[in-house]
Amino acid sequence: MTAVTPLTTGRRPPPRGTRARRGRVGWIFVGPFMAVFALVFLAPVLYSLYLSFFRDQLVGGTSFVGLDNFQRAFEDEKFWEAVGRVALFLAVQVPVMLGLALLIALALDSGRLYGKAFFRISVFLPYAVPAVVATLMWGFIYGTRFGLVANINDSLGVSLPDPLSPSLVLASIGNIVTWEFVGYNMLIFYSALRVVPKSLYEAAEIDGAGQWRIIAAVKIPAIRGALVIATIFSVIGSFQLFNEPSILQSLAPNAITTYFTPNLYTFTLSFSGRQQNYAATVSLVMGLVTMIIAYAVQLRGMRKEA
Amino acid sequence: MSAPPHSAEQTSRRVTHRAPVARRTPRRRHTADQPRRSVLLTALMALTALYALLPLAWLVINATKTQKSLLDSFGLWFSGDFALWDNISQTLTYDDGIFVRWFLNTLLYVVVGAGGATFLAVLGGYGLAKFDFRGKRAVFATVIGAVAVPATALAVPTFLMFSKMGLTDTPWAVIIPSLISPFGLYLMWVFAAEAVPTELLEAARVDGSGELRTFFRVALPLLSPGIVTVLLFTMVQTWNNYFLPLIMIKDPGWYPLTLGLNAWNAQASTAGGQPVFNLVITGSLLTIVPLIIAFLMLQRYWQSGLAAGSVKE
Repeated sequence: MTAVTPLTTGRRPPPRGTRARRGRVGWIFVGPFMAVFALVFLAPVLYSLYLSFFRDQLVGGTSFVGLDNFQRAFEDEKFWEAVGRVALFLAVQVPVMLGLALLIALALDSGRLYGKAFFRISVFLPYAVPAVVATLMWGFIYGTRFGLVANINDSLGVSLPDPLSPSLVLASIGNIVTWEFVGYNMLIFYSALRVVPKSLYEAAEIDGAGQWRIIAAVKIPAIRGALVIATIFSVIGSFQLFNEPSILQSLAPNAITTYFTPNLYTFTLSFSGRQQNYAATVSLVMGLVTMIIAYAVQLRGMRKEA
Repeated sequence: MSAPPHSAEQTSRRVTHRAPVARRTPRRRHTADQPRRSVLLTALMALTALYALLPLAWLVINATKTQKSLLDSFGLWFSGDFALWDNISQTLTYDDGIFVRWFLNTLLYVVVGAGGATFLAVLGGYGLAKFDFRGKRAVFATVIGAVAVPATALAVPTFLMFSKMGLTDTPWAVIIPSLISPFGLYLMWVFAAEAVPTELLEAARVDGSGELRTFFRVALPLLSPGIVTVLLFTMVQTWNNYFLPLIMIKDPGWYPLTLGLNAWNAQASTAGGQPVFNLVITGSLLTIVPLIIAFLMLQRYWQSGLAAGSVKE
């Protein structure tokens, strides 16, 4: 059943033979992705599951320990402190960032701006800046040595609180992350807004609805899918928080501990502490927590839609 | 998009005609496509643009300063001597030109990693959008599930696995994990479903074109805005990648730019290390320029690609 069927059947619905053949053809296209996917996604998950059941000690070598690593993770105060910190980050930074992104997207979409194209691209530009560069830049700006904060303190004779002190460092990181990703989220919202049929607003306008009412009743419900997706990505991003605190660490060693975020903790465990089995367990638990929360966000988003 | 003068009139007429009591100030009503510009809104927007651009301005300004004037001049204005060219040549030649090496490494990771990721996502997205096959639902479920798995949660086990396979400290350790972009696959899938008419593929098949030939000749040109979008986003991801190379690469000769810059920055805080903040700042500027240029030049493509991608959300 190679080239025979299409010639004989013409444009009518293809018979079973073609369908089966097409079935295998689908795998030709999807296969390469899935093969690499299995290597870099599925295999590490299974491998870390395997690792989490063992302990590797200098004396005695590797031994099977059942669920001991998981029990240790559930009782590990450092780990839960780190989880609490990223949860706080999530609760404050994500609403601020997404709210700001939504407002900017609505402003761009309203058509009431002068110089819209300029604003769209300038707000988006920070997304093209690597987290390393963004963190170094903001780190220098925050710095009390030759940063802007130092300049303002000197020239105005004030003493602003140190953004890199233990009590403020999380907020300072929140500002860096907001700066990096507000434009990206704005673009997701803006792209979604652009495909909302104009006739929907016009109908509402004719019915005498004001701008805010149109936003609340037409535009936001129309882009709910984009809002849910952006929220999920932000939830995942917050729980993965690593680059910014890890790079700021050299500037603020006292404020950022080695277990500041769960990822920083697993990194420390596996590369400084050489506790790779336990690090794999912590990664797994963290991945599970993230998936549960991402799933909950998705369910909530879906339910409202119904 | 300049508002034609008649739009206000037109709307007010329509509003007064259809809903005479709804609004007391019909003159201020405008259509959805051509509303009146607002100075206040523009001013608020200017503040957010300032927030976005100020750190970049800081970077550009401070890339013109010497290590010494960095410390003793005001951060948001130029100092006396303009040292940008000197800084650039120092950045490129410092430590036997290691920065150039890092730049080439980054280029390698981006071309092979992001290029490969885009290729796999385009093939896979097209396959998912245009073919029915056994296991399609399973593919969908696994990939969507994988989007929720934090990539960094996989980093430690991937490192352990790769070190068993002898891949760590080689470019492959950075390139192979970069080849998978679940978001790219999703975007291409949605895009291919919209952009490639099934009848067109049927027609090509009737003409006796093989599936791969049909893909390259018929589907690929139609997919190009989506491809540019996925390529740009995977490029940003690989260009900006930090965590993965941080754990995989120990040899500075294989560092990408991001790791190199961080190493230079850390040099100041290590005992006896020479502070090279002017090089960190200039190097940072050189690192972001290519990406910013790419985004500005390809604006039209990626914006239309994203818009199409959000149709089905």
